[in-house]
Amino acid sequence: MKQEDHGTSDIAMLEAMALVRKYEEAIVELSGAGEGPGTCTSVGQEASAVGVVHALAPQDLILTNHRSAGHLLARGADPGRMLAEVLGRSAGYCKGKSGHLHISARELGVILTSTIVGGELSLATGVALSRKMLAEDDGIVVCFFGDGAACEGIFHESLNLAAVWELPILYVCENNEWQAFVHRRETMPFDHVRNWAASHGIANRSVDGNDVAAVHEAAREAVQQVRATGKPFFLENLTYRLRGHFEPDDQAYVDPAELAHWRERDPIALFEARLRDSGVLGDAAADALAHRVQQRITDALEFAQAAPFPEVGELFTDVYA
Amino acid sequence: MNSITINDAVSQALAEEMRRDPRVLIFGEGVATKRRELVAEFGAARVRNTPLAEGIIAGTAAGAAATGLRPIVDLLFAPFLCFAMDEIVNSAGKLRYLSGGQFSFPMVILALTGSGWGVGAQHNHNLEAWFAHSPGLKVVMPSSAADFKGLLKAAVRDDNPVLFFMDLALGFETGEVPDGDHLVPLGKSATLRTGTDVALISYAKTVHTCIDAARRLADHGISSEVLDLRSLKPLDEAAILATARKTGRVIVVHEASRSCGIGAEVAALIAEHAFDALKAPVLRLTGPDAPAPASWPLEQAFVPQADAIVAAASRLVKHQERVTEPA
Repeated sequence: MKQEDHGTSDIAMLEAMALVRKYEEAIVELSGAGEGPGTCTSVGQEASAVGVVHALAPQDLILTNHRSAGHLLARGADPGRMLAEVLGRSAGYCKGKSGHLHISARELGVILTSTIVGGELSLATGVALSRKMLAEDDGIVVCFFGDGAACEGIFHESLNLAAVWELPILYVCENNEWQAFVHRRETMPFDHVRNWAASHGIANRSVDGNDVAAVHEAAREAVQQVRATGKPFFLENLTYRLRGHFEPDDQAYVDPAELAHWRERDPIALFEARLRDSGVLGDAAADALAHRVQQRITDALEFAQAAPFPEVGELFTDVYA
Repeated sequence: MNSITINDAVSQALAEEMRRDPRVLIFGEGVATKRRELVAEFGAARVRNTPLAEGIIAGTAAGAAATGLRPIVDLLFAPFLCFAMDEIVNSAGKLRYLSGGQFSFPMVILALTGSGWGVGAQHNHNLEAWFAHSPGLKVVMPSSAADFKGLLKAAVRDDNPVLFFMDLALGFETGEVPDGDHLVPLGKSATLRTGTDVALISYAKTVHTCIDAARRLADHGISSEVLDLRSLKPLDEAAILATARKTGRVIVVHEASRSCGIGAEVAALIAEHAFDALKAPVLRLTGPDAPAPASWPLEQAFVPQADAIVAAASRLVKHQERVTEPA
């Protein structure tokens, strides 16, 4: 097993991606059975989340968007407490008040999941300003968003301010080609969001977002650059949303050939095959990994479904500090 | 006591709070350009100019507030807040609740508004009621130098987002301000004049109009109480109900448009909790449901004037049967 910095490894990244996939499939199943709410999954984008988050240090802070399960789980969030939140239980990270769309976890340095597309971009500059003015460590801020958010005006306001104030932000654009129910070819004049970052004078790079090793390597370099310079960096992970915008979603609006192409590029299958081919992962280890992941999801479901709902009085708490 | 302008009261409050707490900083459009004295004392890191981009100014404040700073942002004119509604309403106002109390958002948003400069509807729009209607926010709108200073200092120390609306006609008005660390609590109104026949409830510039009207009503033998709300959220419900019960006749006066305004809230509150004490319907004297005009006579006609208050109060007192006020 090849050990890398920050304590991650190829096997750890594969397992983290598998956990995200199983977790989101569990929610889709609950939703389909009428036992849970609809959801926005990040199925197909696991390599982007895991590759970047596994390149972070404990003092780094994360802001993310409505497809945040991967970022949270890769950061070490307990799938049981996340599922409890999704199911509106008081044992959730936000006492059940967030649901799956706004989960934050201060203890993990996850400041925000924004369901307002672009909300994460508008707060990231302030979080970075706090780090710059108050922090005694060299922590940076990582902001995950999609190509849809890049079409919001706030995207440009955020990048512009980060550039002129020299804020330590790693912008991670998960370009997944779909903006809710519209393909990005209808909304953008080019395929890569990083063109806009370049025009703001921000160092930038695009990478195959379905290759977790490539994402991780690019993220490590980007994180190091932000930490060293204190200036923003823009990393664009070119990936694809394999499921619909909001479950349940039959994806009738998606070109079947496009979907088939990207299913062939499933980031988990690709990485597992590579690890098997290179001899890093054998059958026994693969089975053990799958078993561990399944057990965590089974335990998480059991925990969440047994957890109590909040008292009605919680309706009125936490409105004001 | 010192007599100073309201603009100076604001400047004093900013400097005192930045001196007291190194986590307090201020940024916005031209802040560092206009407030050289703050830059000189506190440095460029804590007094910043920004791009003309209200969304990211407010969003940056929210992000900074969630993670340890206590920002004050100047968005210049209230209508510009339309560019920052998402950051103020969806982020600063809701994320404490949505996070289950993990984060708080101690931040102050400054904005000018109101008639007096003839700047027209895209700089003059009293939209304070929008924010009073949004959970998680506090809204203040003072009328005197002492309250501008004391409420601004209290707003900076509050752990919630506070909208601090500054009636632009009042900036060069002077008033006595207590010496020392003068604080005015949010959510507390001030009874500026006591009376028994009719209560005039207002905030911002029309408080002064109400005081003028009260003096004239006294000449006609009508005793008026004047309540300055000062804070619109939280609203000082106890004081509103007390003056309603005491006088039995209430006129709410504000420059903002009538529909769904603060006056409607005050009237409903009284109807719900002090109906038995009313001797006449609660009246609203407000700006019309129209954009604010730039032309001086039209702008003046937009704002409730003392003549209208005197006439309405006289009718309320003399005619205790059904009274209707033309819209």
